[in-house]
Amino acid sequence: MPETALADTPAHKTEEAGPKRTALLGGRIPLARLRDLALVPAIVVIAVVGQIINPVFLQADNLINVLQTMAEIALLVLAQTMVLIVKKMDLSLESTMGLAPGVAAWLVVPVGAGHGLGLLSGAWAVPVTLAVGALVGVVNALLIIRFGLNGFIVTLGMLIVLRGVLTGISGGQTFFQLPESMLYLGTAEWFGMPASIWICLVLFAVAIVVLGWTSFGRSLYAIGGNVDAAKAAGIRTDRVLWIVIVTGSVLAALAGLMLSGRLASVASAQGNGYIFTVFAAAVIGGISLNGGKGTMFGAFCGILLLFMIQNVLTLGGVPAQWIGALNGLIILVALAISRITGGKVQE
Amino acid sequence: MSDGERTATPAPVPADNGRVPSGLPVVEAAGIVKRFGPTVALNGARITIRPGETHALVGRNGAGKSTLVSVLTGLQAADEGTVTFGGSPAPRLADRDAWRERVACVYQKSTIIPTLTVAENLFLNRHGRGRGRLISWQGVRRRAQELLSTWSVDVDPQSPAGDLSVEQRQFVEIARALSFGARFIILDEPTAQLDGAAINRLFDRIRDLQRQGVTFLFISHHLQEVYEICDMVTVFRDARHIVTAPVAELPRTELVAAMTGEAAADRLQERSSSLATTVTPALSVRALDSGATYGDVSFQVGAGEIVGLAGAAGSGRTEVAETVVGLRAATAGDVEIAGNRPRPGSVPAALAAGAGFVPQDRHHQGFVPDMSIADNATLSVPGRLGRSGFLSRSRRDLLAQGLIENLAIKTPGPDLPVSALSGGNQQKVVMARALADDPKLLVLINPTAGVDVRSKEFLLDKVEETARTGTGVLIASDELDDLRMCDRVLVMFQGRVTSEIARGWHDHDLVAAMEGVDLDA
Repeated sequence: MPETALADTPAHKTEEAGPKRTALLGGRIPLARLRDLALVPAIVVIAVVGQIINPVFLQADNLINVLQTMAEIALLVLAQTMVLIVKKMDLSLESTMGLAPGVAAWLVVPVGAGHGLGLLSGAWAVPVTLAVGALVGVVNALLIIRFGLNGFIVTLGMLIVLRGVLTGISGGQTFFQLPESMLYLGTAEWFGMPASIWICLVLFAVAIVVLGWTSFGRSLYAIGGNVDAAKAAGIRTDRVLWIVIVTGSVLAALAGLMLSGRLASVASAQGNGYIFTVFAAAVIGGISLNGGKGTMFGAFCGILLLFMIQNVLTLGGVPAQWIGALNGLIILVALAISRITGGKVQE
Repeated sequence: MSDGERTATPAPVPADNGRVPSGLPVVEAAGIVKRFGPTVALNGARITIRPGETHALVGRNGAGKSTLVSVLTGLQAADEGTVTFGGSPAPRLADRDAWRERVACVYQKSTIIPTLTVAENLFLNRHGRGRGRLISWQGVRRRAQELLSTWSVDVDPQSPAGDLSVEQRQFVEIARALSFGARFIILDEPTAQLDGAAINRLFDRIRDLQRQGVTFLFISHHLQEVYEICDMVTVFRDARHIVTAPVAELPRTELVAAMTGEAAADRLQERSSSLATTVTPALSVRALDSGATYGDVSFQVGAGEIVGLAGAAGSGRTEVAETVVGLRAATAGDVEIAGNRPRPGSVPAALAAGAGFVPQDRHHQGFVPDMSIADNATLSVPGRLGRSGFLSRSRRDLLAQGLIENLAIKTPGPDLPVSALSGGNQQKVVMARALADDPKLLVLINPTAGVDVRSKEFLLDKVEETARTGTGVLIASDELDDLRMCDRVLVMFQGRVTSEIARGWHDHDLVAAMEGVDLDA
């Protein structure tokens, strides 16, 4: 069967009449796929409510503000989603997000000004950040895949160790006077929008395509759904898991770089507590903690929804002290709603 | 990797003569030795399967069947011996594609991925690619549709694979195997989870494919099925090859003798009734109604009586039995266990009222696999292990030891995790738990599913023994051997009790009643 015969031509509407199939658009979108769009109405509702509460909400500046504040954590959601789909967990992402730029700042920031070592020139900062991310991923993957340790506990240990290392090298202080290269991603504007928003949107677009339309992406679902069956189908499961875990850590390092650039500093608590929001966004976005289920688009909607609600609350004049409590409440309510609409017990 | 270039060939080529010259065996294994540490799983075993035949492989649990399957499918290398396909040696173990073109196995354990669609499962890791090297979902769907209709599998390729019934899943797996070009398929206990009608459909499918040149190796505990569908039979016992003969030339008694190593008498259908009419009935069910699955079910089980509840899958027999023990609640009607009326839908209440219970699927509801035999066997009777919530280990082990001896569970001791036992012994542990509290009513759902011949006899003997002590027994099953010793069998069809058959029935009467066929009409 020649490959050209399989080309997915949109004009080709004469589909085979599948028996009792529920589908829209001439069978191109099966009803099951619609679950991924479940959060879109919620996002629209929040947008309308936000606009009613405060007309500032839908203005471009405010929307860009929302997108920019969520860009870094959204990358963690992207990373965690991949890891969850292969039925693993990576709790250490939030510490990686702090440690990777932290190590770079430590090596680069001059001795007198901060508490850096000033060993490397500013140009090294970005490569070092990403390399630390990759190294953390390799250690995680080694322990989880090679030595077969429990992923939850391994990454929990890593979460604590990495946070401690950052506190150690920084002496619990904040690194200032970062080199220009580290500030770039957090401050630059491309085509009238902050670079971090572009990076976030492009990476999600790439992830949606990879997970939905490539053999590699589908192998993630196969591994998460039934690892033995994936092996039997000839998927090199260990290699895929390695790639996923290391990529996830590198993405966390990139997110850290973006956050440090935006804040022009690396605090020793950078990223602390983010992982809870990340999990909440992923689960609200329809990612199953049991693996093999959920889409990147859903995950993106999940984090977007959380940040829009936060923004609406702030604009509505809710005291900042109460935002934390409301955030937790929102997560619970969102889960309850997705249980009702999804109809299945979440395990 | 050129996954995209590999194409499926669903066209039913009658017997691939290019690769398998007729006459040469499809597969031949000789002198296979396989050791796992000190255990010898296969000891010089051999099997020869000729093109177009359906070959049965039988043997008790632990006879080496599963190990042979993993050697034949290239999942494990044999320590000694040779495997040839159509005369040429087997491919390297790492060359999965080459193995898949020669042999496929439909395991008891599903090898589909429940969260993906049927279409994607069929073409996993070999999705066709469209423009830009991305997967063309339309192409995948179309090829899945073609493949399924070529082998007339009536399944929607778009539905999630997790929604398929066991039967549909097997058909999908068979179709997938054929799409790789394999014309030799191993079926590992395919009928274990199917009801009578589905088994017949599976057999029709096997005969159909056989005519198209597909060769089968059929593994089953049900000797009846071997006689129904197979041409040749090979018996393994204790890791060795015992006999290979045409099915027609090997009478049932000889086959059982070959499996067990001793002559087994046919199970006596005669049994003196142990029904005690003067005592309160062990169970009385009045006008039980669930709304959807069954309705208007009324019957009694006397003390010491064994009552069968027969019916095909979906007839409601399992649901009625589960309602009796409180796993489900009925919308109307009531259940009375030994004179008590437990709160509907409460398992503890049913147990307290005097019920003991062997659930339908031991892997799901029967035991906690990693807990010890002692813990599992006493799971339902914490009250007998100590006072005020604290458990006494010594008392637990004493009680468990008694149960292990009583049920002849083959184990080095009560501390072994249940997952390390064979299927038959696992089921004995479940039975031990049901008997742990000397129940007045014993409810068994498919008590001998996936259990070898000897353990089955043992379990059924134990049931009879229990009935003699005055316990009422309800057996919900579609397995004729389970029902043979019942004093009477109630037959359910589409949620209603349609007939009652006294002991001494003929197989075809009961089967006809279960399928809702009237033989006299």
